[in-house]
Amino acid sequence: MRPTHLTARRLAAALAVLAGTLVVTLVAATLIGPARASLSAALAPGGEATPDYAILFRARLPRVLLAAVVGGSLAAAGAALQALLLNPIAEPHLLGISAGAAVAGVVAIIVGADAASPIVPLAAFLGALGMITLVYLGARAAGRASPHAILLVGVVCNALAAAAIMLANAIVSYTQAQGILFWIMGSLSTQSYQLVAIAAAYALVGVAWIVRHAQDLNLLALGEESALELGVEVERTRRSVFVAASLLVGAAVAVSGMIGFVGLIVPHLLRLALGTDHRLLVPASFLGGATFLVAADTVARTALAPAELPVGVVTALLGGPFFIWLLRRSLVRALA
Amino acid sequence: MTAAIAAEGLRHDYGRGPVLDGVSLAVGAGEIVGVIGPNGSGKTTLVRLLAGVLRPQAGHVTLGGTRLDALARRDVARLLAVVPQDSALEFPFTALEVVLMGRAPHLPPLAFPRARDVAIARAAMARLEVGAVEDRALLQLSGGERQRVLLARALTQEPRVLILDEPTTHLDLRHQTGIYDTVRGLARDGGVAVLSVLHDLNLAALYCDRLVLLAGGRVIAAGAPAEVLAGALLAEAYGVPVHVGTNTVTGTPIVLPLPRLP
Repeated sequence: MRPTHLTARRLAAALAVLAGTLVVTLVAATLIGPARASLSAALAPGGEATPDYAILFRARLPRVLLAAVVGGSLAAAGAALQALLLNPIAEPHLLGISAGAAVAGVVAIIVGADAASPIVPLAAFLGALGMITLVYLGARAAGRASPHAILLVGVVCNALAAAAIMLANAIVSYTQAQGILFWIMGSLSTQSYQLVAIAAAYALVGVAWIVRHAQDLNLLALGEESALELGVEVERTRRSVFVAASLLVGAAVAVSGMIGFVGLIVPHLLRLALGTDHRLLVPASFLGGATFLVAADTVARTALAPAELPVGVVTALLGGPFFIWLLRRSLVRALA
Repeated sequence: MTAAIAAEGLRHDYGRGPVLDGVSLAVGAGEIVGVIGPNGSGKTTLVRLLAGVLRPQAGHVTLGGTRLDALARRDVARLLAVVPQDSALEFPFTALEVVLMGRAPHLPPLAFPRARDVAIARAAMARLEVGAVEDRALLQLSGGERQRVLLARALTQEPRVLILDEPTTHLDLRHQTGIYDTVRGLARDGGVAVLSVLHDLNLAALYCDRLVLLAGGRVIAAGAPAEVLAGALLAEAYGVPVHVGTNTVTGTPIVLPLPRLP
């Protein structure tokens, strides 16, 4: 029989399976790569001096962990935004939120911040928050913002932000433009455990914040009026979850650039598999998104080795067709 | 005795003249009050004001003697449940999940429903004959099933006041009377105060203790069904001639529209 509602046991079982999958993926991704590296050599006494150790623990592991944090953040933010906007196709990139984060990050870099400093994530977070506020207020008419309007305004704001980044690129020096381009294109390549830790801290706060409102998100999915009638302080919840989603997206963009479609695909697949209850869907999206991006980044590192594909290309190549399939599916259902 | 829910001098407009102007009414525990009136008379606005979804521009609503705007949303949700006309749900929640959401105001934010909460939800679904579809997505149910699931959710809230906004639009005869038989049971046995908007004047006559007739945003008549369902009043409110007879089985009024040309 199909499960009819979420219980603590089902939540624990689902999260345990997803966490197990993530751990296996993390280990496998650390061991897979164009350069050969032996785990036993690295872990042997005195192994810290070996090239194996350098490859596994200085080059690959921090990158794999960063991919996990970024993928998890984007997917959890996607799940929350979809619930908040009552729109299953809402996604941080479609709505221009990542672009807003990117603009603010670019400004911070131009003003002189080092791309690896914690100032850039902070600026990107503020940019994401600014953009989400702009989109929300821009789409709001007569006291309510329809999902349709939010999507349209989001797409326009996305284009505006892209133009702003090109403008910045055109007016700064060649070296700065290279730095900006490098940062925007994004890469999960890092050797800094400190960067991973900072991103993880942002992710932890953001996800915990959203999970705290998970039941409110369930009720909001019934519509604004029904949510109010079931005791949700709708405006407060909205603001709170918007801020948390901005935190997640801002931090992800700051450390990895623009990686699309993770926030769309992952919550969708998990909703199909696990149901819609956001008390499960949000943490499950974090774990699933982490697994997905670690796997995608492994493809990006190895598919054309020694050349490296931008990971955003891999996620877009997987995500674009998926998105079209999703739209068609809902169109077919609407006309059926 | 304090009314379970009362409105005093409610006024509201959306920017094009008042939709409601000086509406007062009260519903006592165990009573069923019907709100009738033509399209655009302000019935749905009245429901939204009573539920606290809209704030009145003048006047106020009291719940058990306390002003609505002095209560937290969660406290209101423990006392008052609303059955909407329909639900536009984008996500595939199951029917039981939707009904269980009625327990949300009674549970801490992160708590899962206890066995008792699930039992309350299942009992409400059984009472409305939607127990068999509990694992289906709400989106996939027929309009009639969906409406009964939404009423089951309201029952699961265990409210003192129940507000229904035309809950029988999509229902066949059997389920129309079924819903109101259930509602009458809640009022008689549970002391729930019920306010229902109705389009069907004959249902209103059958089930309501009192009726409030709205037209142009004002109460133009209020009282027992036999007083309010009078030919001249209805003709004035709806702008069409009607024939009012008597249901010989129940003794309640029957209202039939008449063609304007004989």
